[in-house]
Amino acid sequence: MTETVSAPKMSAHDVKVFYGDKQAIKGVSIDIDMDNVVAFIGPSGCGKSTFLRTLNRMNDTIPTARVEGDITLDGENIYSSKMDVVQLRARVGMVFQKPNPFPKSIYDNVAYGPRIHGLAPNKAELDQIVENSLVRAGLWNEVKDRLSESGTALSGGQQQRLCIARAIAVDPEVILMDEPCSALDPIATAKIEELIHELRGRYAIVIVTHNMQQAARVSQKTAFFHLGTMVEYGDTSDIFTNPREERTRDYITGRYG
Amino acid sequence: MNHSQNEHTLKAFDGDLITLRGLIAEIGGRAEKAVEGAMTALATNDLDLARQVVEGDKRIDALEEQIDRMVIQTIALRAPMADDLRELVAALKISGVVERIGDYAKNIAKRVALIDADQHIEAARLLPAMADATRQLVDDAFTAFARRDADLAVAVCAQDKTVDDFYNSIFRALIAHMIENPEHVGAGTHLLFIAKNLERIGDHATNVSEMVYFAVTGQSMNERERGDDALAPDTDRSGAS
Repeated sequence: MTETVSAPKMSAHDVKVFYGDKQAIKGVSIDIDMDNVVAFIGPSGCGKSTFLRTLNRMNDTIPTARVEGDITLDGENIYSSKMDVVQLRARVGMVFQKPNPFPKSIYDNVAYGPRIHGLAPNKAELDQIVENSLVRAGLWNEVKDRLSESGTALSGGQQQRLCIARAIAVDPEVILMDEPCSALDPIATAKIEELIHELRGRYAIVIVTHNMQQAARVSQKTAFFHLGTMVEYGDTSDIFTNPREERTRDYITGRYG
Repeated sequence: MNHSQNEHTLKAFDGDLITLRGLIAEIGGRAEKAVEGAMTALATNDLDLARQVVEGDKRIDALEEQIDRMVIQTIALRAPMADDLRELVAALKISGVVERIGDYAKNIAKRVALIDADQHIEAARLLPAMADATRQLVDDAFTAFARRDADLAVAVCAQDKTVDDFYNSIFRALIAHMIENPEHVGAGTHLLFIAKNLERIGDHATNVSEMVYFAVTGQSMNERERGDDALAPDTDRSGAS
């Protein structure tokens, strides 16, 4: 078996983020590849969500936020003035903590992205994209007979999978998930985790989670953040059995602070 | 990286670990005492003491069960990570190994009544020294566990060679003695098994040490050179000829 060493999908180098005078991220460098789900863990306020949001420029929406350093997608600097931010967010999709379907039909929730990005020239192709996306999000069988019903009428777990289907529909390369299961019950959580497993390899996936068991279950690589720095980044199996850094160890064993 | 001095945010978890360490210390102490008692019973032909050792093994078995239950419960309820996880896995394995040490000690004690005390077998004169060395290994292995001392754990594994050397000497001497004194074959065979039991106890002490090393460092101890035993192809068999 020959090991193929692919170039990282996304690469961050010495990234610093400031909210006004306050520095939230103090120089983080990390490579994210297609083959491994990456989990960001760390206590509240450690900067893991802030850093996640730099990866598709969600911090642009915060007026006081300023980002320094380089972040590349397929080698292209995403903070370059030539970068189309709308296009970037289609390529680097995001799923949030609270499911946030549009107050539209299930069908329209998924069709929205392909429509505005002009991905489907006709109704038949749009139907196909919607179906494929819902299938991949593991939701198709549950909603195929009621695509015209409102997305907000679904259960929390279904809404979250609808949001994942919506992100998938624009054919992204990277999916960022910011605590996607923290509002869900254990069964719905298990379905999302299984979905992450299914999606691995097709998309680069980064997940922020407060649940260390979840990080251990879904990821192959784990990064531990603390006070705006990335303390340790390594194979998930190593991080949870034999972390190198004392701060990582104290956090994952529940001795933090 | 040393074991964390910090307490868990969830204090009850620290309580669980302290209780577990206490149980490991107790089962280790009882196993060591069983080895010592069995060998004293042998040396003094004390059948009462031998019976006490056999009886005492039930307590070791019960402790093993208690430790296993507690480890499984703690893994299920506390979802331990990193050094906590390693310590629990080590505790689970150590309890199984110590139970075996107890069995060997019990087996030695059972043989005391079967050996004719009037038959003096000079060839077995090294047994008490071997027993001391073995007991010391067990003692050091559990000291290493209690202190989270990886260096001491490595030292125990190195010291096991001494016990193996004792075994090889006693093996050859006993075989030679039995060839020359066929009327001693019964007692000689029991003494041979006793020496073999001690040798196995030494191996189990190194197993404990390997788990201590893993729990403390997160690494497995390197494949170390094991002392060869009498069954291995050997260049020097002169003692048995």
